Amino acid sequence: MAASQRLAILGAGDVGRSVADLASEYGHEVVALADSTTATVDPDGIDVAAALDRKLGDDEIGADDPAAVFETDYDVLVEATPTTLGDADPGFTHAKRALETDHHVVLANKGPVAERYGELRELEADSAGSIRFEATVGGAIPVLSTIEDSTPHAVTAVRGVLNGTANFILTRMAAEGLDYEHVLAEAQDLGVAEADPTFDVDGTDAALKFVILANVLADGGFSLDDATVEGIQNIPGSALDLAAEDGRTIRLIGEATRDGVRVGPRLVPENGALAVTGTRNIVQIKTRNAGSLHSSGRGAGGPETATAVLSDVGRLPPL
Amino acid sequence: MGNEPVVGPNDDRDAAAESGSDATAETADADADAGADVGSETEAETGTETETDGGVRPYTVRLELVDEPGELLRALSPISDNGGNLLSIHHERGNITPRGHIPVEVDLECPPERFDDIVEGLRDAGVNVIQAGAERYGEEISIVFVGHLVENDLSETLSRIESEAEAAVIDLSLAAPDGTDATSSARLRLAVDSGRTDAALESIRSIGADKDLTIVEPLLGGEA
Repeated sequence: MAASQRLAILGAGDVGRSVADLASEYGHEVVALADSTTATVDPDGIDVAAALDRKLGDDEIGADDPAAVFETDYDVLVEATPTTLGDADPGFTHAKRALETDHHVVLANKGPVAERYGELRELEADSAGSIRFEATVGGAIPVLSTIEDSTPHAVTAVRGVLNGTANFILTRMAAEGLDYEHVLAEAQDLGVAEADPTFDVDGTDAALKFVILANVLADGGFSLDDATVEGIQNIPGSALDLAAEDGRTIRLIGEATRDGVRVGPRLVPENGALAVTGTRNIVQIKTRNAGSLHSSGRGAGGPETATAVLSDVGRLPPL
Repeated sequence: MGNEPVVGPNDDRDAAAESGSDATAETADADADAGADVGSETEAETGTETETDGGVRPYTVRLELVDEPGELLRALSPISDNGGNLLSIHHERGNITPRGHIPVEVDLECPPERFDDIVEGLRDAGVNVIQAGAERYGEEISIVFVGHLVENDLSETLSRIESEAEAAVIDLSLAAPDGTDATSSARLRLAVDSGRTDAALESIRSIGADKDLTIVEPLLGGEA
């Protein structure tokens, strides 16, 4: 059994709330939970159920200031605020502050590890705490821990499908012979696509994940600007029909190597491993000595992603 | 490759063994089932001087030559340089490959362990080897284009693919559900020289960028 850790959770969206909800099941305690405006902090453990009720009831999450989170006695900062690009703030500053005060940081926020990986690793080197970020790539699927177990230098490339929304749209277009706009509207009705689906369909979200993978393989050096990214907005139903006539289909595929990151629509065998359907994600990890490994599963969702956060927490040494 | 003889029953080797003493004929027979390395083992045991390299085998190599003076000679020298013996050359001058080159079929014989060196020697000399023994080189890729294909002069796009990407268009399917003046899709099957796929795709990407087309490339390398 992993050491029990005291968690301070920043971000009370699907992931942050699910981490708070599931923490006790995994043997950990929540000492703080904050959204962007308020927080609830208690060094003896907050009342998670009450805080979540308040949040879901559109009340303030608590009476404390979000800054108070850093003042309390915690072991692991869980950074689950929304992903931002560029300076990756406020996520990056949160992680920095925790590391500088010798705390562990577990990120579900892709921004800091995609955009400022090198700086984070430098902060980690000077800290008693460590950073982990399994949840940033492939939700529930153990991708980074698999690479870690294979040792990163024995992994030559990672590729696959890491955006469920784009995959859902392409799957539906192929199955129903419908056009992009039509299926996107359907996906929004089903809650599979957000009201603003830009980052999902233009490849940005998948690219961030493959940038993180390239950073892990090459020990840093990549940000979103280094990735070649194309989306699926220009793919008509007729392209999928033509692909199907040839036993193929089109998927938004990402590739990360030590040399670069590329995301775009690609032809793949219709019954091949990478042609997962619906919102499912898959990664193929190419190793030097062990051939290819495939992991597939749910790449998003509150509880699913929270399990990745809590696995990371479980891997951290006691401080 | 190389260990698996394409043509060539064991005639050569049996002949070699028979040229030795009666006592070694049995060894040769016993080894005959063991495969391509029989020759050398038999050699070691019999110590005959005639086949120091363990016997030769016939092979067929298909090449593609540019139609220029001296090309044939240039293509043949790596064969003799690497210990191969030319048996026949079928120079199909009247025929032209989809890339506009001339196919040449070369029958040769050489020790099995030299065959890989010959193929490598040909490649190093810049000769395009289409088939060597049972191995066929050259790749076929599928690719999908999306955009105003017809309005954007589809036939010019195709000729540019053939010339700039050095790929032969094997077939083309066009889907224009909203008419040819709207966005349409085309699936192309292309033949590309082996080892040139990445370069071909790069040229195709730049053609696509020029003509404002979306290109869906195949995912290559390993099982997808």
